[in-house]
Amino acid sequence: MESMHYESPATVAEAVRLLSDAPPGSARVLAGGTDLLVQMRIGRIDPALIVDVKRIPETRGVAVRDGALVIGASLETMTLRRAPDLEKNFPGLAEAAALIGSDQIQGRASLGGNLCNASPAADTVPALIVLGAQAEIAGPEGTRRVPVAEFVTGPGSTVLGRGEFLVSLHVPLPAPRSADAYLRLIPRTEMDIAVVGSAVSVTLDAGGTCTAARVVLGAVAPTAIEVPEAAAALIGSTLDDAALGRAGQAATAACNPINDMRGTVEYRRKVAAVLTRRAAAKAAERAAGRN
Amino acid sequence: MSDERKYRWVGTRPIRHDGVDKVTGRANFGADFSLPGMLHGKVLRSPHAHARIVSIDVAPALALEGVKVAITGADMPDIASEMGTAGEGQVDYAEVSRNVMAREKALYDGHPVAAVAATTSEIAEEALSRIVVEYEVLPHVLTVDEAMAPGAPILHDHLRTAGLDPVPDEPTNVAQRIEIGRGDLAAGFAEADEIVEHEFTTQMVHQGYIEPHAVVARSGEDDQSVVWCCTQGPFTVRAMCAKLLGLDVSKIKVIPSEIGGGFGGKTTVYVEPLAVLLSRKAGRPVKIVMSRQEVFRGSGPASGTRIRVKLGAKADGRLTAAEAWLAYEAGAFKGSPVVAGAMCMFAPYAVENVKIEGYDVVVNKPKVNAYRAPGAPPAAFAAESALDELARKLGMDPVELRLVNAVKEGSQAIYGPKFRAIGMVETLQAAREHPHLKAKLGPNQGRGIATGFWFNAGMQSSASVSLNEDGTATVVSGCPDIGGSRTSLALMAAEELGIDVQKVRPVVADTETIGYNDATGGSRVTFATGMAVIESARDVVRQLRERAASIWGVELEQVEWNDGQALPINGADEGELEPLSIGTLARRAARTGGPISASTSLTARGAGPSFATHICDVEVDPETGVVQVVRYTAIQDAGKAVHPGYVEGQYQGGAAQGIGWALNEEYVYDEKGVLQNPGFLDYRMPVASDLPMIDTVIVEVPNPTHPYGVRGVGETPIIPPLAAVANAVRDATGVRFGDLPMSPPTVLARLDAR
Ligand SMILES: Cc1cc2nc3c(=O)[nH]c(=O)nc-3n(C[C@H](O)[C@H](O)[C@H](O)COP(=O)(O)OP(=O)(O)OC[C@H]3O[C@@H](n4cnc5c(N)ncnc54)[C@H](O)[C@@H]3O)c2cc1C
Repeated sequence: MESMHYESPATVAEAVRLLSDAPPGSARVLAGGTDLLVQMRIGRIDPALIVDVKRIPETRGVAVRDGALVIGASLETMTLRRAPDLEKNFPGLAEAAALIGSDQIQGRASLGGNLCNASPAADTVPALIVLGAQAEIAGPEGTRRVPVAEFVTGPGSTVLGRGEFLVSLHVPLPAPRSADAYLRLIPRTEMDIAVVGSAVSVTLDAGGTCTAARVVLGAVAPTAIEVPEAAAALIGSTLDDAALGRAGQAATAACNPINDMRGTVEYRRKVAAVLTRRAAAKAAERAAGRN
Repeated sequence: MSDERKYRWVGTRPIRHDGVDKVTGRANFGADFSLPGMLHGKVLRSPHAHARIVSIDVAPALALEGVKVAITGADMPDIASEMGTAGEGQVDYAEVSRNVMAREKALYDGHPVAAVAATTSEIAEEALSRIVVEYEVLPHVLTVDEAMAPGAPILHDHLRTAGLDPVPDEPTNVAQRIEIGRGDLAAGFAEADEIVEHEFTTQMVHQGYIEPHAVVARSGEDDQSVVWCCTQGPFTVRAMCAKLLGLDVSKIKVIPSEIGGGFGGKTTVYVEPLAVLLSRKAGRPVKIVMSRQEVFRGSGPASGTRIRVKLGAKADGRLTAAEAWLAYEAGAFKGSPVVAGAMCMFAPYAVENVKIEGYDVVVNKPKVNAYRAPGAPPAAFAAESALDELARKLGMDPVELRLVNAVKEGSQAIYGPKFRAIGMVETLQAAREHPHLKAKLGPNQGRGIATGFWFNAGMQSSASVSLNEDGTATVVSGCPDIGGSRTSLALMAAEELGIDVQKVRPVVADTETIGYNDATGGSRVTFATGMAVIESARDVVRQLRERAASIWGVELEQVEWNDGQALPINGADEGELEPLSIGTLARRAARTGGPISASTSLTARGAGPSFATHICDVEVDPETGVVQVVRYTAIQDAGKAVHPGYVEGQYQGGAAQGIGWALNEEYVYDEKGVLQNPGFLDYRMPVASDLPMIDTVIVEVPNPTHPYGVRGVGETPIIPPLAAVANAVRDATGVRFGDLPMSPPTVLARLDAR
């Protein structure tokens, strides 16, 4: 029942200072609050200090810089989705971002929050990983970059150290004839948590043979997991049914899911294959359309 | 009612009188009310499914600064067993008392064991964590199978199975056995050319109203208590608070707020009596607002069930025998709606040989409460699924099979009475003619149909109509407006008075302002309270004619009321008397005999049953088990649709809830009996994007006992969807799903096992 303190610093340095000065574990960064406030209300967390980062310009914009799309960590998905060429360059990331919540949630929810919340089921995380995105982190020692693939270390935990926060996400612009796709399964059509998510990115050569691919699954392990075996099944193929089927089998094999009321282990394994197959086919079709 | 009556207002679609306030956020709902000096109450709930309460120590909570009072079961008066009404059903006040506050034992996860009131809700919350309860955890039962098994843990040592002769003298979880039927079952099956037999289960589901229960209670030195709350039945809340606290009914006044949904779930009390008791002890107003989690854990959902059905038919489709066995979870106290389920399940069909056996079973889950056509959806799910299989065996069209057996005027209902004019056949014919039934299906798609029947209730209503001095009118009733009843009542008053519906102000009054009203439930308000409004309005019209007669110096018979004015007739029209408008008569009322108003209190008899036929198309993803409803049509007899827009809204809302019941909704408990999904994330009701636009067809077969032919429409629409969806899934996949919900993992497992 301690009272809670709210700060909204305007600079990265000020935010780092506030976070560094707070006793360990007592401060929380606030972006859209669509995870944070829910967790506070159900009593899972009870922070003494809330640091709202939405006034910090570096966490807000979306722009292409040095061959990458730089997305402010606190930028709400509704605005992100309107960014020029987002859908053209990163259709999978765009569809993952569009899946979060509802229109109301989209007006608040950010990719930074989705990542830092470190839920195994976060929708945009697999989509960011297959694109090779990097996380830019600010902290007492200055800024550092970490691949999104290494950012989450377990359910609810990340590489962020004391005084650190996520400033932005850097997504390299796609190579020619490349595309991505993200599919998730939920029992409803929206307002739900992924039972399984699968993101796939592929690059084709002029003949339609797959030269590069990444496959990442969500909600089937403590963190999003990359499945190199699935990618290997795709690379070198023309993404024919046989190759897609092998990628699906690899996805099933890589799953390490839990049994819970949202889905059984058995179910998650099966669906991981289905979604991987379908996402790969979708990515391939998109990439082929980009000749 | 053969002559087509022409209506000026009834059957139109005006904007609802309370609409602007609701869409602009001005309307006050339960939690919006506050008083100066108010305390905040919170309820401590059992974390165990079944536990003896060894001791409760509230002293550490009271020691906290800001905590004013704390109560436990020891503060609740011990009251004798006495039956009273709640919604459409009956409850024992002594058990309501034990449900709102546990005594010797906590009987479910979420059962209240203590409550506090403090100066802020944060302090009250903290106080709860300081209450020390010592529990002795007992083994529990969660399903009818567990509860009925030999040697099962017993919830109530005193409970004996009613309905058995002689009543056995052994403790049991089976509160009642019922049997209804007629004819010779064995002969009926012997006569059959085809027989189907199936077993079904459904899970406990919640009404899912968006507004949690909320109350403010204020008690004064004069021993009176005033209760502001969101409820379907302010008079029910008054009766229950009085009974539970040992007070005269006149000591309690209930002022209903706007209500954010109820669907039957707000026809009893939970935190209301606790707020009254806390406010009486504290001498200050007390507010309690339940959280969503508390609503799921501690209010009254609908029964989980196990049902077996056996049907026999001749080759031409005529049913020769129908047999069923039903067991319904009552929750922690007796009183599941198994009787209504048993009475409804075969009601649409004229079958001569019937036997239905039903069991009311207590389990360690929240006491169930009414949910839209209480008891009927699971029973109809079983009956209509079995009929679908029968149609397949007979090679008959499912609509034809139902038409062959449909009840009509004069048929003897299985539950007793002879039907008067009813619309079962008409809804089936409307289905047969609907383009939906002829539309082509795509790959992985299937179509199902199912019917539903609900009695509808009449019960007690009071309403008044007052003419204002400018010729506008006020209609007062005591039934909270859940489905647009304000405007429906205003339409009926406008029709009788002959004035614009927007000149009629419909008001939902408190319990001291209008005579007794049973709750808004049983699809009864537009029917029953509507009758009280029509009678009052007709009385007002008679008075208006009297005034005109006295002004003109003619007899009452020489004055006709037409379109809002008095016209001279029967000889009076030969002079040069000008028509007298309602406005003129209202302005002159002071000099012609005083204010003009009338009130009516009645017990409405002859509620007309409402039948429905639903058509559902689904698409099943064979690789993920996801079932998507792609097209849905709800066809139902409304008798007379007073406001067709609200009637359609009821059809659509009921269908949406039924689809949720079929596909994803269920209470999930862990092995300790603790509810795992007390929130809308994992208690999956359909969201808007899950559903297609639900098409509706209003059939109108007038109810002969209502002046306009009105039947209740609110409950029937939730009955057919469970089977309509299951029958569509059967059509798409070849697999019969007898167990609800048909969630993706369940569906995929069955498809893969094909
Ligand atoms: C109704 C509803 C539906 C939802 N549906 C989905 C869905 O479909 N898919 C999905 O993946 N999620 C869903 N969510 C979860 C949530 O909306 C997303 O995870 C969202 O992206 C979180 O973003 P936010 O800006 O609101 O984060 P916040 O709630 O503000 O923050 C989330 C967490 O990250 C931390 N944090 C935030 N920003 C930073 C930062 N810059 N640096 C360091 N730490 C930070 C916070 O301290 C907190 O722990 C849903 C939530 C709700 C309420």
